[in-house]
Amino acid sequence: MSAAGIGHDVWEAVIGLEIHVQLNTRTKMFCGCEVTFGEPPNTKVCPICLGHPGVLPVTNEKAVEHATRIALALNCRIAERTIFHRKNYFYPDLPKAYQISQYDLPLGIGGYLDVEMDDGSNLRVGITRVHMEEDAGKLVHAGGASGRIDGADYSLVDFNRGGTPLVEIVSEPDISTPDQARAYLVQLRNLVEQLGVSDVNMEEGSLRCDANVSVRRPGEPLGVKTELKNMNSFRFLHRGLEAEIERQVTALEAGERVVQETVHFDPATGTVSTLRSKEEAHDYRYFPEPDLTPIVLDAAFVDRVRAALPELPAARKERLVSQFDLAPKDAALLAANKPLGDYFEALAAATGDARISVNWVLGDFSAHVNSTGLQVAESPVTVELLAGLLGLVANGTLSGKMAKEVFETMAETGQSAGEIVAEKGLGQISDADELEAIINRIVSANPGPAEEFRQGREKILGFFVGQVMKETRGQANPQLVNELLRKHLSSA
Amino acid sequence: MDVATLTAHDCRDLLAGREVSAVELTRAYLDRIAQVDDVVQAYLAVDEAGALAAAAAVDAKPRDERLTWEGVPIGLKDILCVKGMETTCASRILKGYIPPYDATVIAKLRAAGLIFLGKLNMDEFAMGSSTENSAFKTTRNPWDPDRVPGGSSGGSAACVAAALAPWALGTDTGGSIRQPASLCGVVGLKPTYGAVSRYGLIAFASSLDQIGPLTHDVRDAAALLDLIAGRDPLDCTSTGLIEPAGPPEGDSLKGLRFGVIKEFTGEACDAGVRRTFDSAVKAIGTLGGVCEEVSLPSVERGIAAYYLIAPSEASSNLARFDGVRYGHRHAGSQDLNEMYVRTRSEGFGAEVKRRIMIGTHALSAGYYDAYYAQAQRTRTLIIQDFADAFDHFDFLISPTSPTVAFKIGERVADPLAMYCSDLCTIPVSLAALPAVSVPAGFSDGLPVGLQIIGPHFSERNLLSMAHAFEQHVQVGTVAPLRAGSAEVTP
Amino acid sequence: MISREEVEHVARLARLHFDEDELARLQSELGTIIDYVNRLSELDLSGLEPTSHAVPLENVLRADEPVAGLAHEEATRNGPDIERGQFVVPRIG
Ligand SMILES: [Mg+2]
Ligand SMILES: [Zn+2]
Repeated sequence: MSAAGIGHDVWEAVIGLEIHVQLNTRTKMFCGCEVTFGEPPNTKVCPICLGHPGVLPVTNEKAVEHATRIALALNCRIAERTIFHRKNYFYPDLPKAYQISQYDLPLGIGGYLDVEMDDGSNLRVGITRVHMEEDAGKLVHAGGASGRIDGADYSLVDFNRGGTPLVEIVSEPDISTPDQARAYLVQLRNLVEQLGVSDVNMEEGSLRCDANVSVRRPGEPLGVKTELKNMNSFRFLHRGLEAEIERQVTALEAGERVVQETVHFDPATGTVSTLRSKEEAHDYRYFPEPDLTPIVLDAAFVDRVRAALPELPAARKERLVSQFDLAPKDAALLAANKPLGDYFEALAAATGDARISVNWVLGDFSAHVNSTGLQVAESPVTVELLAGLLGLVANGTLSGKMAKEVFETMAETGQSAGEIVAEKGLGQISDADELEAIINRIVSANPGPAEEFRQGREKILGFFVGQVMKETRGQANPQLVNELLRKHLSSA
Repeated sequence: MDVATLTAHDCRDLLAGREVSAVELTRAYLDRIAQVDDVVQAYLAVDEAGALAAAAAVDAKPRDERLTWEGVPIGLKDILCVKGMETTCASRILKGYIPPYDATVIAKLRAAGLIFLGKLNMDEFAMGSSTENSAFKTTRNPWDPDRVPGGSSGGSAACVAAALAPWALGTDTGGSIRQPASLCGVVGLKPTYGAVSRYGLIAFASSLDQIGPLTHDVRDAAALLDLIAGRDPLDCTSTGLIEPAGPPEGDSLKGLRFGVIKEFTGEACDAGVRRTFDSAVKAIGTLGGVCEEVSLPSVERGIAAYYLIAPSEASSNLARFDGVRYGHRHAGSQDLNEMYVRTRSEGFGAEVKRRIMIGTHALSAGYYDAYYAQAQRTRTLIIQDFADAFDHFDFLISPTSPTVAFKIGERVADPLAMYCSDLCTIPVSLAALPAVSVPAGFSDGLPVGLQIIGPHFSERNLLSMAHAFEQHVQVGTVAPLRAGSAEVTP
Repeated sequence: MISREEVEHVARLARLHFDEDELARLQSELGTIIDYVNRLSELDLSGLEPTSHAVPLENVLRADEPVAGLAHEEATRNGPDIERGQFVVPRIG
């Protein structure tokens, strides 16, 4: 376990993550309002999600199914009987002044996620619980300078988001470094994306992450933990954890105490600060939601959801290794990114060459989507186009170097390899007669080196190849040139 | 025309027989309200214009296209959301609140063509047994204006007893239909929990609240229940009835076994109530029923369990009244917390605050198991006791209220004494059973009700039995209104 | 019994304010009611499941199909303070 903090090698951090995933159902958790993003304020609301007097919630069955998918994918045990509780607290974005959530009978418990670290090692992060709840509305802070809560004169509430189905995934405190935390979150995000139940977009808030952080000297009991709130990117999670660990270690080394509180990471300054000045003791007064019936998830339902699960990253990695003989590291990369993995498998099928396909997909193609910020499906380089390009390499029309050039153009224009080759006059000279004429000329013009070759000086062949390439401006098929030169020099 | 003796069935028949138009009928009730409600104070708001317009629309319809109950007026407890009609729950915190939607029962009555006369007074958020906890007015018992009508549906019960509507809707959480029905001498039915949708009923205690009819007779109660009952997709705890509740049939109780609940009849009741109850038992015997005492030991814990469960749920249900989206807001607060505290402290009355405090305390950290969970276990015990009793009896009976209507102000200072008004009704609510209070006679000139309790979803049999009893005892349900300024007699 | 501090704590949780007289009265009233309901804890009910739904139902769910909500004007009409289509609340904390 690597030591945490900067310059403090005797401390280790203990980190648990709480992740909220917005489900991509059509309607909200407990009412029929559409789940939307970016609509004008308070236009996707009804008496139920506005918490009007007299309204009642009714659970969205699709949300239960989606939540079950997530819980199963995280190897959780699915509760036979699960119920909702009310979590009572006052906040203006919470219209009923309670959140309908789950408490002691959550949907899923006791799972895990195997996280592949960069060095190829595996970190198994325990999943304490997976539960369903409803999202709050959105607060905008007005007046004041910062747009932040502390400087604001007043705030505005929009309830469009209120009631969106959420799944909360609580991990065990099995994470000990910011790197591990980031890897866990990335791979969890990929997993949930592959399940097709969420847009998992951190900027839009459909994936949100809070962290419970404490530090201790190895072997000591757990330290006091703080709750680090709402880091809305992988980078902020990493930097926020670094800053909070540093803050706690500094405090403890100075002989101070860490106070159990909620802290907020400010990406602008890279520091953490206490979110609420006068932290009131939370007392959520949970009790079973009397307006909802219990949900019984029988074996038939669970089996049906399980059967409909897509292949999950761990299984796909195994299969990619055995089916395509890929290196485990490459297989893991493809398995973690479903669109890329799908792209690879389609390309391998089209070209019949998994080795070349994986090199291209993880090499030039990944570089291209990463640098352009495109989704795999949005790239102009379709599987068909790339397969066409690789076909021209395989039949000798293009050299590896030229293929890269063609790829660049293809990524910009979406043209086929054939079109690009024709347009740029890039095709290799693979016509034996044409090459033979050139070779004839060059050999006749260089009797000395030709004689040296016949005396057994094999190396001189490179001289002739170079001459042919020069003559053809590099477009000659090198293998064919080699073959023809040998034949010609030996027989002459 | 004189509407003072009309049941809803009478109204229906008059309309069907073209003896009266819907506007004339509505007008007659509005006139009576104008004459009598000064004394009774049943209505919080009368929608004269809306009611007359709706009645005119009925009259404009060809008769053969009209539905059975089209044009019959009704009064509504102000706890039911009616789109476009101020709905306050008799609380300052909801003053001026105009619901943007109809409660499911309101939508059903609208579709059936009933005429909404207005909103009826109640204890604020249905918390009380006397209607003295209304933020706006104190409703008087039509049989004696110095006395309470009971509560929390006191406005609804007084409205029917004073013939200010042929029938009314109330809600019952721990007795809030049955107890005022008993004190005002009318019929009041609390259906099985789930028979009627709660959607649009402003929640007091979600696991107990039910909407039900207050009427002059059992036949009307069955008809109104059939109009409002049914499984509602907007209330996932609703089931509807398993068969229509009405019309009631038969006039004999031959072969039926009645358990007289020991815990509700002895010392707990006033002598006058006991005498009337004893004569009701005799009447049942005369009709062929067999009465036998039964003990349900757990029900004595009913009030304690109820006064944990109901306030706990209420403390959560009433948290939404925070001044953000609707209703009262304290103006000029410096910050959010001040706005919350001042809005709620100004908006809620003393009893509501008291119950919010009890409930918040009962749910707070460290107390949940001892209070809320223990109360819910007690509830399990009460359910079992009732289930065991129904193994031996078709119905269980008791007085509805241990006393007749008490004097206004008499119990205000003593919450626990007030809570004991619901001794006989609360355990029935905890067990989610259907029960009806039927006028059984008088004690010192004040009405006494008989509570008849049936197994879950036994409304049809329950009301048929109650009907047979009612036909036999023949107790008048319209108060003579002998006191007060308006001298109106039926 | 319930202490004055507990009453004040509960009032804070419930977002209610009481003056001195009210607090004193509440302390005694809540005390009486709590003593009364404490009779429940004398019962040994350890073998019983708590009932939160007296008429047992399960799995009453709705299909994931949109239903028309409120027009914006309807949604905000009851709001005590509206700005730019949103509900205004005073400074938080
Ligand atoms: Mg949560
Ligand atoms: Zn909605």
